[in-house]
Amino acid sequence: MALEFSAQAKQRIERLLTQYPTKQAALLPVLHLAQDEFGYLPDEALHLVADTLQLPAAHVFGVITFYTMFHREKGGRNELMVCTNVSCMLRGGYDILHHIESRLGIKAGESTPDGCFHLVEEECLAACANAPMMICGDRYFLDLTPQKVDAALDDLRKRWQERTRQVPGGGEGPAKTVAGVGPERKF
Amino acid sequence: MGWQGVKEEAKGVKIVTKNFGVPDSHKLATYRSRGGWDAFKKALALAPAAIVDEIKKSNLRGRGGAGFPTGLKWSFVPKEARTVYLVVNADESEPGTCKDRELLAYDPHLLIEGMAIASYAIRCQHAYIYIRGEMIREAKIIQAAIDEAYAAGLLGADHSVGGGGAFRVDITLHRGAGAYICGEETALLNSLEGRRGWPRLKPPFPAVKGLFQQATVVNNVETIMNVPAIIEKGGEWFNNLGIGKSGGTRIVCVSGHVAKPGVFELPIGISFKDLIFDVCGGIPNGRKFKGLIPGGTSMPPLDAGEIDVPIEFDALTSDTRIKDVEVRPGQPFDMGNGRRLKTMAGSGGIVVFDDSTDVVALCARIMRFYAHESCGQCTPCREGSGWLARVCTRLAAGDGHPGDVDLLGTVANGIAGNTICALGEAAAWPMMGFLTKFRADFEAKIRKVA
Repeated sequence: MALEFSAQAKQRIERLLTQYPTKQAALLPVLHLAQDEFGYLPDEALHLVADTLQLPAAHVFGVITFYTMFHREKGGRNELMVCTNVSCMLRGGYDILHHIESRLGIKAGESTPDGCFHLVEEECLAACANAPMMICGDRYFLDLTPQKVDAALDDLRKRWQERTRQVPGGGEGPAKTVAGVGPERKF
Repeated sequence: MGWQGVKEEAKGVKIVTKNFGVPDSHKLATYRSRGGWDAFKKALALAPAAIVDEIKKSNLRGRGGAGFPTGLKWSFVPKEARTVYLVVNADESEPGTCKDRELLAYDPHLLIEGMAIASYAIRCQHAYIYIRGEMIREAKIIQAAIDEAYAAGLLGADHSVGGGGAFRVDITLHRGAGAYICGEETALLNSLEGRRGWPRLKPPFPAVKGLFQQATVVNNVETIMNVPAIIEKGGEWFNNLGIGKSGGTRIVCVSGHVAKPGVFELPIGISFKDLIFDVCGGIPNGRKFKGLIPGGTSMPPLDAGEIDVPIEFDALTSDTRIKDVEVRPGQPFDMGNGRRLKTMAGSGGIVVFDDSTDVVALCARIMRFYAHESCGQCTPCREGSGWLARVCTRLAAGDGHPGDVDLLGTVANGIAGNTICALGEAAAWPMMGFLTKFRADFEAKIRKVA
């Protein structure tokens, strides 16, 4: 097994399993945990979760690929979720998205080469009265203007650089390097 | 506030937003200092059936979109059911809707107390909150509130009950992972069970076979947050605030082209006109009102001639001032058994657009949303929503083919009523609604042949 959960994560999984009558019901929370630990959900993480919850790997694969928040590929650390649905669209949501694209030199769905940002064109994020808006992690950026976007990007990058410096060898990325993928486990 | 059709006693009443603006409103101590958990105590002195009756009397209706009577829903739980689950739907993702997120962030303890009372009424011992995955900040707030309630012995501990015996309930927060369809109650249950969010066929309804194949009640956040006030002040008081068969207040989220967008708790009898031009300060930039989406993007829009109607559930389905939705001019859309569609109050997400708006582009954006979010289970929705999105998008680009406008109506009519869940209607209804109200805008986008 290439990957293992940290002791802390193992403890949380133990507790999670007491909150549901079936192991399968803990799948979404455990996948969130795994993604927090490893940065994304490559095959090794998928099999780790499947073995932990005694589920078929194919079921776990089906679930991961159904939900947009689970990532099979390594992406930028700061996920910018920019809403362009109607409420934001009517108040310039697309202008904001295009501004970010040109500032970061990437398109929606792509990551910056340094791994700092991953840009997503999102559906309604339930802050319509403060359109246009975006979310990054647990931070909301509301009533956006290009100036506010610039300030937000600068702040996020600064924090990222500070965190990156604290990690020996630099590069925040996933917590662990994932070894090559065996052919028998490739979906 | 000369609002037409609104009862005097309903003006200014705040039920679910009463703690908004109070410092530290998300803390248990603040909540208790403002009378929190008194209703729970009062509820435990009553028999569970008496609480269900009180909720029935209140005419509280589901605030998630369908407006189903809450007391009636609770009464569907079979008496012989041994395990009963309560699931709160906090998967708010209907475009234009932003009420539950605010409610969760500002008053999580009102939700927890409401869930405790509801659990007692339906004999549930373990309740779940299914929160949208993207709401990371709100999930932290709710989890902290749940932890506080456990530490205070409110959750996970025995409470003595009026008629003898004890009641205890556990609450678990469950995060979604990014799928609009999981707001549909049976998809939500599948997701909670660790599956793909695929809606289930009904019947059996969740009240009979829901979560883990047990009797289950699924309620919206706002619905549950009304429960403590009903227990405290009585179903009759709550019912008197509303009009017709809808009790209480309503939270509306107004966005788009208004001077003061926001989330407001208002009497359920207020009209769209008073809401837009009085509460929200009218249309900015000297523009004129063109239309609005009344309750999330899945509801057919209203035009300038239809906004004197109150935002109440039944008015929006039946008021004669609202035109019937048509498949094409002269052919009303048939919801089955000859029932006509006007619109619905939906989730309370009201999106206003002015006369500078390209309604075809707006409609195309809505159709792309539903095409993206279709779960893929039923062919009419999976394929049809894609067709609506592609044809609408090419029309919006000014590249419409002759016949495209009729094609949109035909495809939409082919989706509605032919799918497992309501996502099919969620795409088809607004499509036909936009065509009915703004057909000329669509016709103008047909490519001119030289």
